[in-house]
Amino acid sequence: MKTVNQPVRKKDAMALVTGKPVYTDDLAPKDCLVVKVLRSPHAHAKILEIDTSVAEKVPDIVCVLTYKDVPQNRFTMAGQTYPEPSPYDRLILEDRVRFVGDAVAIVAGETEKAVEKALRCIRVKYEVLEPVLDFRQAKDNPILIHPEENWESLCPVGADNQRNLCASGLEEHGDIDRVLAESDVVIEQTYHTKANQQTMMETFRTYTTMDTYGRLEVVSATQVPFHVRRILARALDIPKSKVRVIKPRIGGGFGAKQTLIAEIYPAIVTMKTGRPAKMIYTREESMIASTPRHEMEIKVRIGADKEGYIHGIEVKTLSNTGAYGEHGPTTVGLSGHKSIPLYSKAEAFRFQYDVVYTNKMSAGAYRGYGATQGIFAVESAVNELAVKLNMDPVKLREMNLTREGDVMHGYYGETASSCTLDRCLERAAEMIGWKDKYPSRVMPDGKVRGVGIAMAMQGSGISNLDTGSVSLKINDDGFYTLSIGAADMGTGCDTVLAQIAAEALDCSYDDIIVHGVDTDISPYDTGSYASSTTYVTGMATVKACETLIGKMKAFGAKKLGCMVEEVDFDGDRVFVVADGRSISRKDLGNVVMCASKDALYATEAHSSPVSPPPFMAGAVEVEVDLETGTVKLVDYAAVVDCGTPINPNLARVQVEGGLVQGIGMALYEDIIYDERGYVAENSLMQYKIPTRLDMGKLRVEFDSSYEQTGPFGAKSIGEIVINTPSPAIAQAVYNATGVRIRELPITPEKIVMGILEREN
Amino acid sequence: MFTIAEYVKVHDLEEAYVLNQKKTNVIIGGGLWLRLGKKRIQTAIDLSNLGLDEITENEKEFSVGSMATLRQLETHEGIHVYTKGAVKESLRYIVGVQMRNCATVGGSIYGRFGFSDILACLLGMDCEVELYNKGRLPLQEFVKMKKDNDILVQVHIKKTPLETVYLSQRNSSTDFPVVSCSVTKRESGFSAVIGARPSVPVVIADESQILQGNVTEETIADFAKYVQESVSFADNTRASGAYRRQIAGVLVKRGIKQLLGGETVCR
Amino acid sequence: MQIKLRLNGKEVTGNVEPDMALLDFVREKGCYSVKRGCETSNCGLCTVLMDGKPILSCSTLAARADGHSIVTIEGCQKEAEEFGGFLADEGAEQCGFCSPGFIMNVIAMFRELTDPTDEEIREYLAGNLCRCSGYEGQLRAIHRYMDHKKKEGGK
Repeated sequence: MKTVNQPVRKKDAMALVTGKPVYTDDLAPKDCLVVKVLRSPHAHAKILEIDTSVAEKVPDIVCVLTYKDVPQNRFTMAGQTYPEPSPYDRLILEDRVRFVGDAVAIVAGETEKAVEKALRCIRVKYEVLEPVLDFRQAKDNPILIHPEENWESLCPVGADNQRNLCASGLEEHGDIDRVLAESDVVIEQTYHTKANQQTMMETFRTYTTMDTYGRLEVVSATQVPFHVRRILARALDIPKSKVRVIKPRIGGGFGAKQTLIAEIYPAIVTMKTGRPAKMIYTREESMIASTPRHEMEIKVRIGADKEGYIHGIEVKTLSNTGAYGEHGPTTVGLSGHKSIPLYSKAEAFRFQYDVVYTNKMSAGAYRGYGATQGIFAVESAVNELAVKLNMDPVKLREMNLTREGDVMHGYYGETASSCTLDRCLERAAEMIGWKDKYPSRVMPDGKVRGVGIAMAMQGSGISNLDTGSVSLKINDDGFYTLSIGAADMGTGCDTVLAQIAAEALDCSYDDIIVHGVDTDISPYDTGSYASSTTYVTGMATVKACETLIGKMKAFGAKKLGCMVEEVDFDGDRVFVVADGRSISRKDLGNVVMCASKDALYATEAHSSPVSPPPFMAGAVEVEVDLETGTVKLVDYAAVVDCGTPINPNLARVQVEGGLVQGIGMALYEDIIYDERGYVAENSLMQYKIPTRLDMGKLRVEFDSSYEQTGPFGAKSIGEIVINTPSPAIAQAVYNATGVRIRELPITPEKIVMGILEREN
Repeated sequence: MFTIAEYVKVHDLEEAYVLNQKKTNVIIGGGLWLRLGKKRIQTAIDLSNLGLDEITENEKEFSVGSMATLRQLETHEGIHVYTKGAVKESLRYIVGVQMRNCATVGGSIYGRFGFSDILACLLGMDCEVELYNKGRLPLQEFVKMKKDNDILVQVHIKKTPLETVYLSQRNSSTDFPVVSCSVTKRESGFSAVIGARPSVPVVIADESQILQGNVTEETIADFAKYVQESVSFADNTRASGAYRRQIAGVLVKRGIKQLLGGETVCR
Repeated sequence: MQIKLRLNGKEVTGNVEPDMALLDFVREKGCYSVKRGCETSNCGLCTVLMDGKPILSCSTLAARADGHSIVTIEGCQKEAEEFGGFLADEGAEQCGFCSPGFIMNVIAMFRELTDPTDEEIREYLAGNLCRCSGYEGQLRAIHRYMDHKKKEGGK
């Protein structure tokens, strides 16, 4: 392959590294109104009175909105395909607030200072209600988070607002109770993963203007431009034809921008005033009123025989969706669907779940999307099983893991059509030096080094749902324009799709320009989430190339005066196979622009009936200071099967970035609420993501299978990479210290207190 | 968001002092901590034209101007040699180089923050603060004083013959410490400073001479225990008081061993 | 209040509010590369050079910069392109939002340290957060850049 599997530079790389003004706030008109939101000081309250008269009189204030001023269509801000599984449970503003930081009023003015002042001038009288803060107490609690009559769940996800249930469900295969009863060894443990912030460096931001035709133009840092169009139209109660969404460069997303966060506020201000408006979330707002990872408590039972064969797995997940249900019904599914099928040889499984509302900030999509939580639980339980069986956990996995051709009952009965998980595991163990280092070694200075290992899977898009389409055209002198609806959020999908197109069109990567998302122009795409873009939109790209080649051949044949069957295309020209007469691609592009009745333009869409999982293994060596509990990462070896890596550099950086985010989740990141529902970690000073001093050495290799249904054999890479650090590090810490930590993050304090407890 | 109505680059300390007597007026050091608050400041008083951003040295002491940055202190060769790297050790993990190029020594010391690494480190040495009105007084005394409207002009690190080491425990590399600790050996004996308890650092001297004479594992443990028992600790989101107490003991032990020429276990 | 400073080699004046951050001032003057990633001096995205030293422009008042020299990436495009090319060749710029601040601090590092070790590099750049790259690709880029510079010097 010429372009696929090559480490080309990203299309936008040089603009980014030289600091060009390409992000939302760089592009916003200078006369934008500044929009800010007054936020609730209470976790649960009714607004009895709200007086904005003083605020409105503050000089330079243009617009103050309260719940009295907004449409009454309930909606969800989750960027999902309609009809959304997430319940329609919110209004732009409401007379009820459900978490500390919930929106109470919207203020827009000429300057930030004026808006800040006006916010302080709004008088609100609240009836403070008792909050539900403990998600274990939420289901069937007499305090209801969403008592409203017009609350609506569009899909059969087991939701019931009268029980604080955002979703619930049960899936089974085989007789799990019998299998567990007959197992020689059963592990039964509870694991707890906390909410985590995506912490992309660019906070949420949007600006809106009215265009020439009286339509709302929205420029936003979003992963889901088409969903933004639909959701805004519903929330504002205007026709979808009145909304246009444009995505500029985005400073990272990780799922955070798969939910509307900032968009609605400037949008309603522009609708009300006709003025350009922008909302730039502060970091604090991004930390207290966004959509972090769903906190989950996962009970796992695993049954195995004495030899170490796993016969049954049960996963029971309790997920905390917070005040609103964005992504609540869907994330929970992955906690079972992406953990249980790692061991598809087990004859039975049960997966049961509840997703509950609480008075904490709404959870949402975050890289891994439930799989991360489920894999921490199941992989930790498998590591505990190895201890109980007195077996090497690598050996135990080798006996039980999913291999190519296996049917994965826990994964919609899909077959693992491409899978090198066995080799990933073997290689990761080899890279870390498992044979010599397992379980631990005492170093000369008294610190102890332990090793740990874990496996992971994810999906590649949402089967039978995600839709990616691209348009391709040839221009003068034969360069191509690739228009996509998928949102490059820094990951490089513009580049990856151009590589796929260059390969399919047999041309240079530089012959293709990529046009990012503008909902008025771009072909439809569900958006960049669920690890879908390379796999789903990549296939649409391959198809569009094939169609365009067909059109170019037909057009070329016409110009060459022969039948289309007589010509071929070699990337540079259409030529007659028999005599070599040809018309160059350059001429095709030019000729089609003069007195032509043909359009050399192709649009194709793709959706997949399957979602082939990428697989990986991660092995880690940590060094623990037994007296202080400090965990130092020595080495992290990851081996990934993402199918063909379209761009090995970008794939590698995806892995490294995901590993470090996973390390943050494992060791540092936590969101702690006090008894009033206030978040302590409301800044990058309090919420500590890993720095380059915290992540040790990362080593990444690929062991690629070839996925027949993907573009040039590709699957996905974006999400799976965050899943192994938590279980692998937890086990490495256990091997070093004997302390088993089942609640993240693994802090020095938990380790030291665990050691002291064991000693006494 | 903090606001400033007026900004004055003063010409001398007297001007600054007079301005600073008004409650709504504030001296701006690096301004890093100040801007996190919501203070409405009438007049911000800027000392940066007064030449206070220098570190000077004579045979008796180093004098650090209050407007010198943490980075200047960290990279000062003379102080590095005198403290055998302890000052650098107390500064190197504070966020990043750029931040330490902004934060001033005056702001860090005047604020008397519990989490302040440099405060815990300097308390382990013979330091004096020089205030515009009150003149020179020991840093140990200054940390116990209530904040008033005086102006911190310089911090003097005296070249007393002593050896000191600085250690800290952090949940992640550049986070605030959950315990900060300096251990010092003087002719008169050992002392320890424990900070980030999480409140202001305290100095614990070896008053009952636990470490007098031949220092052994047992006496080290006894002194560490004494420190643990003499200091009060509390919980916050970073760590519990119980863990802090435990770690204080560990760090004191390690500090003494480091001073006695053992292995350099820092963090 | 009136301030006068050198921004990327050119003298600029401005009438600023006393509480205006240097970051907002330089953006107002067209230096859009300078980004704000937090409000608490923790992310390093807003790094610019003041009198040659890397500082946080979010935490420095514009008033403080009066009479000083400020350089943003707009003012060192050649160096940015040169090092940035190595970053791009690793794919480590990713979303790019932290790149300008990161590159400014890399430039400052190479002015301050000669032939730094990995440990020194990590420590010098610890105040530059990046959520995309996992830092490893940035380190590779720095290594390649250093190799390149050595070869260039050898010629």
